[in-house]
Amino acid sequence: MKYRSVFDIIGPVMVGPSSSHTAGAVRIGRIAGRLFGKKIEKANIHFYGSFAKTYRGHATDVAVLAGLMDLSTYDPRIPEAFDLADKAGFEYNFFEEKALSKHPNTVQIEMFSGDTKGVVTGVSLGGGIVQITEVDGFPLKLSGDFPALLIFHQDIYGTIAPVVTLLAENQINVSHMEVSRLEKGYLALMAIETDQPVSEAIVAEMLKKPNIKRIVRLS
Amino acid sequence: MNFKNIQELVQMCETQGKRFSDIMLESEENNTGLSKEEIFEKMRKNYKVMEASLEKGLENTKTHSGLAGGDSKKLKTYIENKNTLGGERLLRAVNYALAVNECNAAMGIICAVPTAGSCGVVPGVLLAMQENLKKSEDEMVQALLCAGAVGYVIANNAVISGAAGGCQAEVGTASAMAAAACVELAGGTPDMCANALAIALKNMLGLTCDPLAGLVEVPCIKRNAAGAANAITAADMALAGIKSYVPADEVIDAMYRIGISMPIALRETALGGLADTETGKKWKRLLWTNYDDNSSEE
Repeated sequence: MKYRSVFDIIGPVMVGPSSSHTAGAVRIGRIAGRLFGKKIEKANIHFYGSFAKTYRGHATDVAVLAGLMDLSTYDPRIPEAFDLADKAGFEYNFFEEKALSKHPNTVQIEMFSGDTKGVVTGVSLGGGIVQITEVDGFPLKLSGDFPALLIFHQDIYGTIAPVVTLLAENQINVSHMEVSRLEKGYLALMAIETDQPVSEAIVAEMLKKPNIKRIVRLS
Repeated sequence: MNFKNIQELVQMCETQGKRFSDIMLESEENNTGLSKEEIFEKMRKNYKVMEASLEKGLENTKTHSGLAGGDSKKLKTYIENKNTLGGERLLRAVNYALAVNECNAAMGIICAVPTAGSCGVVPGVLLAMQENLKKSEDEMVQALLCAGAVGYVIANNAVISGAAGGCQAEVGTASAMAAAACVELAGGTPDMCANALAIALKNMLGLTCDPLAGLVEVPCIKRNAAGAANAITAADMALAGIKSYVPADEVIDAMYRIGISMPIALRETALGGLADTETGKKWKRLLWTNYDDNSSEE
């Protein structure tokens, strides 16, 4: 059975007009902002494929911006996202990219806070379902539906086992995990989705393990 | 307790002396671990969202693109002032379906049933029926569960998105859901519910998803109106004892097979049908960035 609940059929409650081009875009923006984890001062938003063509009519631009300001898919303030951003001194730019993307509904978001920059790419798969496909250059697959940890670490043996052991000791089950790197021996990324939420205390403990550089927690 | 298709659902109802909505409630309780009361209250919240979306839609809405909006207000005035051809009860549902889908197009808050593009049909029909038949809110929430049972079967045996199966999968499914809910609300039997949904879905088979500039506006809003009228027509036929010659599950399967064999141009890509008319091209030029009439969109 693809659908398990009557609320998959009657629901979700959302701001229109499109589950993929509006609700999905809000979700990608929201996850991106949370992954960045800092107060965003400026965002450059790049639209690809169908998003690049139709973003104005579907208000995909408004939706992504609303998500970056941490609004939910059913927040009535979504249509006023431009005003809210202007008032908050949040600078935003949109770019229509002509390059082909793997999925027609793709958006890449560059976020800036002081000297820090973060880049998140996501796709909207339909029905409000999304997938984060890249974080700071690292490819991954993140649904945003479950608690997740993004662990940036040095690409060296003996780094992964202590992390997973720590989760096991805290009775946290890993539902999905992948490791990627840009260049052998340098920085790598462990993306872990879990069934149970991971507390701040466990993350602090994890940061003490060898070769761990930075951890982003998505609850 | 789960039901795989409409035939099973009707059999369960008949042997246990229950309605579609009762079985849906029991199945949901089994699948989610929530109590019946919790599920009922959760569904009541969705019904309240539908009411609020109707209210917002009946205001003179304008959409982000400027393509659509304001039609539900026109129809409301028309119903109030003139002798209509279709009659007040039927047109009220049509009017409300327009309004809820205009609310969606204008970035209002809606409840997707089963999708955002088809979110006007079920609320439009049910909110009008509540007035027409003087039903309580509890009875309406129960009817919503009946609609949910039908959508649940169609979603699991076919598809419910325009991109996957055309408009027949969205407005067609919504219309079938509303038809069965009307029959149950009017006191019809489970077998009548099955016939109503089969008739409603049959009449929507082959409907393509070809909106102007790819936006959920034209023809989506008026398709919601058509879906509402179709649902009531099918419900009345079923209540009169008319049967669908092809059983509901076979109609659902036909919808699925038609959907997946539909050309990509007619599945939410804005490449064919109405989207590819002169008017459709004009709106692409106005609303799309990087649009070039001569470029190959394939």
